[in-house]
Amino acid sequence: MKPKRKRMVLVLVGLVILGGAAALVLNAFEANIVFFVSPSDLMAKEGERVRTLRLGGLVEKGSVERGPGAAVHFKVTDLEHDIRVSYSGMLPDLFREGQGVVAEGKLQPDGTFLATSVLAKHDERYMPPEVAAALKKSGHWDDADQQKYGERAAGQVPGVPKP
Amino acid sequence: MIAEIGHFALVLALCVALVQASVPLWGAARGNGALMALARPAAQAQFVLVLVAFLALMYAFASSDFSVFVVAENSHSTMPLIYKLAGVWGNHEGSMVLWVLILTFFGAGVATFGGNLPPSLQARVLSVQAMIGAGFFAFILFTSDPLARVLPPPADGRGLNPLLQDPGLASHPPMLYLGYVGFSMAFSFAVAALIEGRVDAAWARWVRPWTLAAWCALTLGIAMGSWWAYYTLGWGGFWFWDPVENASFMPWLAGTALLHSAIVVEKRDALKSWTILLAIVTFSLSLIGTFLVRSGVLTSVHAFATDPRRGVFILLLLVVAIGGSLLLYALRAPALQPSGLFAPVSREGALLLNNLLLASAAATVLIGTLYPLFLDAIGGPKISVGAPYFNMTFTPLMTPLLLAVVVGPFLAWKRADLLGALQRLWVAALAALAAALVTLYLHSGGPLLAVLGMGLAAWLVVGAFAELAERLKLLRAPWRESWQRARNLPRANYGMAFAHAGLGFTLAGIIAMTAWKVELIQVMHPGETVPLAGLSVRLDSVEPHSGANFEGQRATFTVSRDKRFVAAMFPEKRNFPVAGQDTTETAIHTSGFADIYAVLGDSDGKGGWTVRLYYNPLAPFIWFGAVVMVFGGLISLSDRRYRVGAPSRRRLPAGVATAPGD
Repeated sequence: MKPKRKRMVLVLVGLVILGGAAALVLNAFEANIVFFVSPSDLMAKEGERVRTLRLGGLVEKGSVERGPGAAVHFKVTDLEHDIRVSYSGMLPDLFREGQGVVAEGKLQPDGTFLATSVLAKHDERYMPPEVAAALKKSGHWDDADQQKYGERAAGQVPGVPKP
Repeated sequence: MIAEIGHFALVLALCVALVQASVPLWGAARGNGALMALARPAAQAQFVLVLVAFLALMYAFASSDFSVFVVAENSHSTMPLIYKLAGVWGNHEGSMVLWVLILTFFGAGVATFGGNLPPSLQARVLSVQAMIGAGFFAFILFTSDPLARVLPPPADGRGLNPLLQDPGLASHPPMLYLGYVGFSMAFSFAVAALIEGRVDAAWARWVRPWTLAAWCALTLGIAMGSWWAYYTLGWGGFWFWDPVENASFMPWLAGTALLHSAIVVEKRDALKSWTILLAIVTFSLSLIGTFLVRSGVLTSVHAFATDPRRGVFILLLLVVAIGGSLLLYALRAPALQPSGLFAPVSREGALLLNNLLLASAAATVLIGTLYPLFLDAIGGPKISVGAPYFNMTFTPLMTPLLLAVVVGPFLAWKRADLLGALQRLWVAALAALAAALVTLYLHSGGPLLAVLGMGLAAWLVVGAFAELAERLKLLRAPWRESWQRARNLPRANYGMAFAHAGLGFTLAGIIAMTAWKVELIQVMHPGETVPLAGLSVRLDSVEPHSGANFEGQRATFTVSRDKRFVAAMFPEKRNFPVAGQDTTETAIHTSGFADIYAVLGDSDGKGGWTVRLYYNPLAPFIWFGAVVMVFGGLISLSDRRYRVGAPSRRRLPAGVATAPGD
């Protein structure tokens, strides 16, 4: 092969790989992006049943029920609306009533949210930003247990965006 | 007092870095040997100064000096000493000091052992290195002073996040940083070469050991982080495609590509411009990783800094470093001598394919990691891109690469015979087929892709050593000749075989664990027995248990097979009162070929406990493979030809050794 053709072959191979990668990315984005919603968003959009979503908010105080077996039910609230979440499995260590939580799963026809995974804050110091955003959106950021989240922020490490 | 000395040392280090960043560069441009020679003592002085600051901080932690703000925030008098020391980098400020410590350590390494580099190249490399250093010193001093005092000092500290109080994690950040920052050497060499306008085989031979050392450290660091996640988080997973994990994985992918393309520059004087670009990209990805992880744009256990000023500062550093180096690349790369030609089917072609696939994979990971942040920044919906995206994009790109890994080394330089190479690989092909059939026999229910994957893993392992056997003429020549060949074969060849085989082991572990993991989550009462993958697991008891700075419960499980005792396991739940945080201590029993993994969950209040039990086939292979890869890297590093700082002089083209600069 002539040098020019050799180079053409290499360029072509490169383009094929890049094109393939781009196609893969677009295809995977189409199917696998998970939108973040607050309980109010979920109430407003009835049509969101098919998609996998991330629901974020506070675990409503006194709403956690265990059983039968490893099943757990709790309510996620943005202090405007609340959604009942069902989950089967082990809750993360940082899961607490009154604190921020993100549940990933799908809305069921009966209006409950069936979670495939539940994420709590990774660290005692921070609230998931998505939850903070959800609370601000519902206009209840100030009502949320400010003492608990604000404590740290008031110190020299501004852990939480201030309202 | 000691803290103030440390702080002063950091200020001095910044001053030295500023001098080192400018004077030797100017000296190199003017051909002034005296000015260039300044770089070496300056680089060594920088290292000593940062070491002083680091030790001062470590002393503050060890002596629980709570008048130092960082100590008060991240340590506690009841913590074991080892975690007080590890606490130095268990926070934002301290981890940045560790970062510059490693940066200046590498700089001092080039200054001390790089005596046989051309003076102008060494001066320029050290200058570029000092520019990076100056940026980070300024960042530390202006936005995250590690030795700031707090008055009056609190009675006791707030404690270190209990999740971080773990031996694996105590050593994970230093390893990871060695990798991240190690790529700064490749970056500095690349930028220096662009300034110099010259890239040749000798340049590649100097760059490779640094890149290889960084790659080994990064591989080990990522493996440790994954191992930590596996046994600490209690989710039974080893990789979550979490943005923080991606942040370390992207430089690894680019660094792996760089490692391979530098071979082509060294052996064939080709792909020069591309290699320079890769060196810049690799370190840029390391910087982006630092930004993502440390700036607080991601919420995770790693995000210490949420002070917006810090994010802006790192972003600025990022723009200057990446933008500046890419601009320089755009200006100077066309001036690099056009490189040697090769046929598409050749060793160079195979290495180029490796580069294209690795670079594309790194790009897809980058897109998946940054897209949610980008969308959020422009006010779009909040989204997350999870594991399915990465599995769908990453796997198809990696599969051809893994197939080609074995074939590449069989191809000759310049022009090769693909069919001939494949014919010599019949043993590996047979092994792959056998592995697939054995897997099919053992797990008739498994997904077909996983069965093929196990075949691919065997192909990698056997193929890697088949190449060695081929070179040694094993079984085809008399033993004496094979032995002689084995002794003469460069260590880099052994290194490659081990690194590629390690990849195969890791792949086998990942596939087996993903496809045939057995998971059981249920409520168990003491005395109850459940079956798990042919084993019986009995919960004997759950009892209170406490340690130095925590209290909690400890469960006792007895695992048996056909009434024969296999293991006793003791998972725990711990509560750390200082941090107000619960952690899960998993119990793992490994046979080397499979893990039994037990986690204790919450009590149901009626005498039952939620438990999570896993049977993870071949799970240990994931990390064993990584260790084998690193072992290969280290063997290659010990090759006489690449020994750090000691490339043999006679191999240097005469013109380079005396090049006076532009």
